[in-house]
Amino acid sequence: MIDPSTSFVPDPKVPPGPLENKWSNFKKTARLVSPNNRKKFKIIVVGTGLAGASAAASLAELGYEVSTFCFQDSPRRAHSVAAQGGVNAAKNYRNDGDSVYRMFFDTLKGGDFRAREANVYRLAECSAHLIDQAVAQGVPFAREYGGYLNNRSFGGVQVSRTFYARGQTGQQLLLGAYQAMMRQVGLGNVKSHTRHEMLDLVVEGGQARGILVRDLDNGKISRHAAHAVLLATGGFGKIYYLSTLAMGCNGTAIWRSHKKGALTACPSWTQIHPTCLPQSGDYQSKLTLMSESLRNDGRIWVPKKKDESRPAHQIPEQERDYYLERRYPSFGNLAPRDISSRAAKERIDAGFGVGKMKNAVYLDFEEAIREQGKATIKRKYGNLFDLYEKITGINAYQSPMLISPAAHFSMGGLWVDYELSTNIKGLYALGEANFSDHGANRLGANSLLQACVDGYYVIPYTLPHFLASLPKENVPSTDTPAFERAENQLKASLDKLLAIKGTKSVDHYHKALGKLLYDHCGLSRSAEGLQKAIALIKELREDFNQNVMIPGHSQEMNDELEKAGRVADYLEIGEQMCLDALTREESCGAHFREEYQTADGEALRRDKDFSFVSCWHRVEGKSVLVKEPLTFEFIQPTERSYK
Amino acid sequence: MHFKLKIWRQPNRHTKGNLVDYELSGVEPDMSFLEMLDMLNEKLIVNGEAPVAFDHDCREGICGQCGLFINGRAHGPHDQITTCHVHMRAFKDGDTIFIEPFRASGFPVQKDLKVDRSAFDEIIAAGGFISVNTGQSPEANSILISQDTAEAAFDAAACIGCGACVASCKNASAALFTAAKISHLAQLPQGKLERKKRVLSMVKKMDELGFGACSSTGACEVECPQGISISHIATMNREYFK
Ligand SMILES: Cc1cc2nc3c(=O)[nH]c(=O)nc-3n(C[C@H](O)[C@H](O)[C@H](O)COP(=O)(O)OP(=O)(O)OC[C@H]3O[C@@H](n4cnc5c(N)ncnc54)[C@H](O)[C@@H]3O)c2cc1C
Ligand code: FES
Repeated sequence: MIDPSTSFVPDPKVPPGPLENKWSNFKKTARLVSPNNRKKFKIIVVGTGLAGASAAASLAELGYEVSTFCFQDSPRRAHSVAAQGGVNAAKNYRNDGDSVYRMFFDTLKGGDFRAREANVYRLAECSAHLIDQAVAQGVPFAREYGGYLNNRSFGGVQVSRTFYARGQTGQQLLLGAYQAMMRQVGLGNVKSHTRHEMLDLVVEGGQARGILVRDLDNGKISRHAAHAVLLATGGFGKIYYLSTLAMGCNGTAIWRSHKKGALTACPSWTQIHPTCLPQSGDYQSKLTLMSESLRNDGRIWVPKKKDESRPAHQIPEQERDYYLERRYPSFGNLAPRDISSRAAKERIDAGFGVGKMKNAVYLDFEEAIREQGKATIKRKYGNLFDLYEKITGINAYQSPMLISPAAHFSMGGLWVDYELSTNIKGLYALGEANFSDHGANRLGANSLLQACVDGYYVIPYTLPHFLASLPKENVPSTDTPAFERAENQLKASLDKLLAIKGTKSVDHYHKALGKLLYDHCGLSRSAEGLQKAIALIKELREDFNQNVMIPGHSQEMNDELEKAGRVADYLEIGEQMCLDALTREESCGAHFREEYQTADGEALRRDKDFSFVSCWHRVEGKSVLVKEPLTFEFIQPTERSYK
Repeated sequence: MHFKLKIWRQPNRHTKGNLVDYELSGVEPDMSFLEMLDMLNEKLIVNGEAPVAFDHDCREGICGQCGLFINGRAHGPHDQITTCHVHMRAFKDGDTIFIEPFRASGFPVQKDLKVDRSAFDEIIAAGGFISVNTGQSPEANSILISQDTAEAAFDAAACIGCGACVASCKNASAALFTAAKISHLAQLPQGKLERKKRVLSMVKKMDELGFGACSSTGACEVECPQGISISHIATMNREYFK
């Protein structure tokens, strides 16, 4: 039974008017905070990746008092740093038919019509200016001979709108945002807390009042109060253990906020990236991404014969199955990620995989090298080929790369409305931490963009609109019963974890959970598998609570305690992911339910019954579904065909 | 593979540390160096012993969080690579491996192999930026930058802030780190206006933080994972005395 008091419909607060005027209409009518009042407003920004650093810098420039938090030892190390491929913007520099509308359309279609039209349009609308901003900050984007900006095309679109800085676009964009933020630190407008992990959200009277953090260097818990809390804590794809994410990436901040009342949305929608290095043994701790840009010139294939034992170069052309080119002739090797990953899994599961563990497919540059010359390929992808050789010891100019799908990006996250506000007053979610613009599948190079647009262009307008509405007597204080209660509970929960003193490491549980999720809530899902996974996750959680071993105590630097907190949350998030996938009885984007496919194995969307965002509310420890209906006013959802 | 490990253990910033011996077998050549440490830690943890604390995050050579002094070299046996990219195939079965933290007065040890590199953030906060507010920027293609200039600026901008340059310098100088940012921004038209102010305040901050002087031995560029050239230090000096 769903408690009627909790089965509300979340209000997306989409402004009225034609699609192309919605954002300007919002800005026109938004409330402002006068310059001399801004200093009085305290803002907490958790996370200093692209979303957090850009928000912190922009808000501090406006005059607000900003505090930032991150778990790394410097804001510059947030995982945005690892993005290789590029960032999209509808500049139409190539005159190839790009426009804000086309980018909007591509993104909405790429997300399989499971995102809000107005949000997606705004993302496209703000994209062009982001490139201007980044260039002004000194981001050294690739240039043409004439000195103009260069760009390229990326998976799933037919125009060139992806701007890049060698294979280190995320690093360069992040350094731009980090430097802007550090400038504000130097000016005294931002207080940066590194090596501080947010462990709880404090809510009182339905409003976010602040956070509790643990100093990772000495274990001290401290309280921080503010008028608004912005979560920009990134993706939680590390829940799969083997992923392209960094070791510390986590779902803790958003999950603990969820437990304080914030809705999550579509938590099971995870992008599994097609071009990663395959697992080579049980000891493995991460799967490195090889940029998708490689698919512009590399051809993907597997042998036509099962259990092929010849090395790649001895397999003649007619005995190779270029399965993407075969199945999707018009997009070929550039088919979107979900489709490419699923096609690879199909071949691997059918026994055509290659490599030591038969878990990979070939990405072959032979033809590209023959046609364009080694020098050109080296100029385009040299650093990626070097990276490949560093990790595998194999020279990819001579033999094809081995690649395999890996968990990469969380489309799901905290539910937010058009203003990036969660359903808790004063709590916002930005960047990968929220569910917003990407629907059921994110297009390559759109998420650096989203993180930046959220931080540089959206929150500086939507947050003041909220702050200006706060009554004057609303002064943040940490000296309240709510803070006291939360701190006591947090300390007790840390002590409880430490007291278990069992026999298995935290990583043991993390790996087991990751495997369960890959098997049952990964590229392909079924009711039977998901039900099984839910039961197994419950058992695993029980086991964890009885048998995990965390050496040491809480008043010191304790890496295992940090990891244990994150994995404890993952063990709850994983269950909700499976429930989310189970209740969505259709296939859309990255969510592929085996029961819902066409005769030729393509995803079968069920618009009539499932055009909604699955939002999850936590009631007495249980996940309860509430729906935000998706209405399509401007584009009629079509079949998402890339054939 | 089997290894004898000599690992620096130090409980916290204020207590003295020492090298502790460990033995580890069953290591596979394709394991990364950090996965080898994971394996050791797994063994320690199930015995209820404190695992070895070491820095890492992305494990793909870009975040700059990892950094170990392995057999007397920053980031281990290869040139121009991060610790997370070192694999066990680089060692011989039966080898003894010394594992220590990066050492420099600017980088105090926090615990075991972890050091505090927040001094780098302070250097950037002193001037490692272009003073442009969000929303002020002109159309990107109104600033033309030749391919060569963009590439040269990138070479400097590629720094990951790992601190291997400091750790491998006998004077524990932060010249390469600081010079890379100065050179990146000074080469671009957008960054030229503030170049004098930038170099003066960043160099002043670097000196204040207790980093040593550069005596041009070039040890830093050998260990820099991004291969950043010491020619940027010359650029920094030119900018300074201009
Ligand atoms: C390998 C890789 C390659 C990618 N390539 C591309 C690409 O080419 N193009 C593209 O558009 N996108 C790409 N993406 C996706 C994109 O990089 C991310 O979606 C985006 O950078 C996320 O930015 P963010 O600011 O939301 O989060 P992040 O950059 O992950 O930052 C998260 C921040 O939150 C902090 N944090 C987390 N939890 C806590 C806590 N509990 N307490 C305190 N602080 C916390 C962290 O310290 C960090 O500062 C890639 C992703 C990966 C993994
Ligand atoms: S862990 Fe990120 S560079 Fe090594």
